[in-house]
Amino acid sequence: MMTTANKTTLSHLDWLEAEAIHILREVAGQCSNPVLLFSGGKDSLCILRLAEKAFRPGRFPFPLMHIDTGHNYKEVIEFRDQRAAELGERLIVRSVEDSMKRGTVVLKSEDESRNKHQSVTLLEAIEEFGFDCCIGGARRDEEKARAKERIMSFRDEFGQWDPKNQRPELWNLYNARSHKGENIRAFPISNWTEMDVWQYIEREKLGLPSIYFAHQRDVVMRAGSIVPVNVPLASGEVINQPKAGEEIINMQVRFRTVGDITCTAPVISDADNVTKIVLETATTTITERGATRLDDQTSDASMEQRKKEGYF
Amino acid sequence: MSNAKHNDSLLRFMTCGSVDDGKSTLIGRLLFDTKSILADTLTQMDRTSKKRGLEAVDLSLLTDGLQAEREQGITIDVAYRYFSTGTRKYIIADAPGHEQYTRNMVTAASTANLAIILIDARKGVLTQTRRHSFLAHLVGIPHIVVAINKMDLVDFDQATFEKIKADYLSFAEQIGLQRAGRDIQVVPLSALTGDMLVDRGDAMDWYQGPTMLEILESAPAAHSEQNEPFRFPVQFVCRPHASDDPELHDFRGFMGRVESGEIAVGDAVTVLPNGYTSKVKAIQLGEEQLKTAITEQSVTLLLEDEIDTSRGDMIVKSDQAPEAVKQISGMVCWLSETPLSPARTYVIRHTTRESKAKVGEIEYKVDVNTLEQLPTQGLAMNDIAKINFKLAQPLMVDSYSKNRATGAFIVIDESTNNTVGAGMII
Ligand SMILES: Nc1nc2c(ncn2[C@@H]2O[C@H](COP(=O)(O)OP(=O)(O)O)[C@@H](O)[C@H]2O)c(=O)[nH]1
Repeated sequence: MMTTANKTTLSHLDWLEAEAIHILREVAGQCSNPVLLFSGGKDSLCILRLAEKAFRPGRFPFPLMHIDTGHNYKEVIEFRDQRAAELGERLIVRSVEDSMKRGTVVLKSEDESRNKHQSVTLLEAIEEFGFDCCIGGARRDEEKARAKERIMSFRDEFGQWDPKNQRPELWNLYNARSHKGENIRAFPISNWTEMDVWQYIEREKLGLPSIYFAHQRDVVMRAGSIVPVNVPLASGEVINQPKAGEEIINMQVRFRTVGDITCTAPVISDADNVTKIVLETATTTITERGATRLDDQTSDASMEQRKKEGYF
Repeated sequence: MSNAKHNDSLLRFMTCGSVDDGKSTLIGRLLFDTKSILADTLTQMDRTSKKRGLEAVDLSLLTDGLQAEREQGITIDVAYRYFSTGTRKYIIADAPGHEQYTRNMVTAASTANLAIILIDARKGVLTQTRRHSFLAHLVGIPHIVVAINKMDLVDFDQATFEKIKADYLSFAEQIGLQRAGRDIQVVPLSALTGDMLVDRGDAMDWYQGPTMLEILESAPAAHSEQNEPFRFPVQFVCRPHASDDPELHDFRGFMGRVESGEIAVGDAVTVLPNGYTSKVKAIQLGEEQLKTAITEQSVTLLLEDEIDTSRGDMIVKSDQAPEAVKQISGMVCWLSETPLSPARTYVIRHTTRESKAKVGEIEYKVDVNTLEQLPTQGLAMNDIAKINFKLAQPLMVDSYSKNRATGAFIVIDESTNNTVGAGMII
């Protein structure tokens, strides 16, 4: 009863690429004022490449936007600006620090992570520009609460994600409609895994911020995680001072994900090029978030909670 | 996970089973035995298992749902999981099997090329087995794998397996699965012990067929093995308007995805609904120039002639044009808590095209358990019915049984913008 394959089909990377291009073009076709969230990180760099394949020789039908916590690695910020300039596309930067000045973000303490406060700044920017869709690089394999995320995810006027009020998504007939004030989050690489991302970076020869590759760094061990210390920002300020009694170790590390400095941990690695990273990813025993996120481990449901509050 | 090979294919499949048939355990074991579960996830599962007083790691924890579901003790939605064997990447659509969630099964089935239907070996073919098979059939999944699970609880008895297999095949005959050309395989297994899932084990030497993983590895990746006609719904038109660049000055690229069939440079094409004809001048993917494009590839087509074309149009090969119709008849699954109101106008989205639509007639609704056709006035969530729609704009359609991409549509309620129905054209 087995039928044999007599048709040519796409390889898995080609298929994922084709799907993502299709999603980006649906956003462009259905939404009137979309924006692409671009952090300079590996997932969003893949999406930029996909956008090139989707829209060149035309310009992108959306600007790029970064919500900057002010606590990003300067290597990443520099790379972000360089990439946007090379592409000749418009980059909007909105910063959590501005929300703090406006009083819409209030930190509980000086050293509280600003990561979760990005939601506020994002919503303010959405309102400022009237965006009806934000394209992001989230993947379903990242975390449990993402496994059920739609490719076109609906957010209400408060930016909230209600898991029970999502549109069924059938075939590749995406519904990105929204009323004024509401918002769609579109995830073109939903079906990609961390491995797919690295394979795509390798195949497309994409450049990355240097901190993705093995480098020497001062760190301390804190509650079982590697925490980078004395990190200089683009502004010249130095953050993440070691706490009293902590011993500074100089280690060879790389980042698997580059977010806010205060909540992204590196892993020990000597992978100094993409091929080595692909190999390391194939044999790693720890999930991307498990290894590198200092903020998701509090509870099983912490990501779900943050998404309900409007987090990306 | 264990291999970084590039030139491999991708298979999307779904799992269907009633509560406690072992769906979560099966998925958990597939991921575990293919080494797709990483250590920190395992540690967390181990911790939770111990907290619940279990001795071994409960693999079903891996597919445990969202907090909202845990509180209500139900799974409310389709979850997607990923694993890779080195030769193939898999996307699993995991849909809960409750009666009230026909809509989730239909949603999961819409993108699947293979369905695993779980049967508890102690119970045999049940009403829900019939329902799952009917839905998989309705949504046109070409490959059905019937997994007779919990064989360990019937002493790995061959006669039990053969009887359930015979029962299933005769039921499949009744609903026309074989007639429709579906590929059906039946495999005995124990998701708990892993026998016949990834490893054969040694408890069922009487079974000579392939293991579950072998079936997954060899199932064709293409949705259809037939040669389908070329269908290219236009998603977006690229006009760079670069007046200073002579190469781009007249550039007009039609961007979209090849939904079915193939196209080559030089082919004669027709643009619908207007019916203009031209030839393919170039096929582009990013900066690459292609000679041909195949099914599911996203490309940009350039035509020899300047033709006014926009999103919602469809490019087809001139000798294989579909019908443009202003009335469609289809099987519709209602997805919304708000029942269908025959008096209202809805929007139908078909490929990249939309049209206002009015309900003409609801011919009958199907009882998904008995497969009986019943008369009905309305349609509530999870109902499946045969409906006719009158359309304001023509749609270029094929029947769903011939072409999944151009035979499918969704129904949108404009007041909420929700997707309220899923339809398959007859
Ligand atoms: N003995 C035995 N138990 C199984 C098997 N598969 C699943 N189970 C058990 O059946 C129960 C329900 O399984 P689960 O995977 O949660 O079912 P689901 O509701 O379909 O996801 C659990 O206690 C499993 O350990 C099997 O092959 N043999």
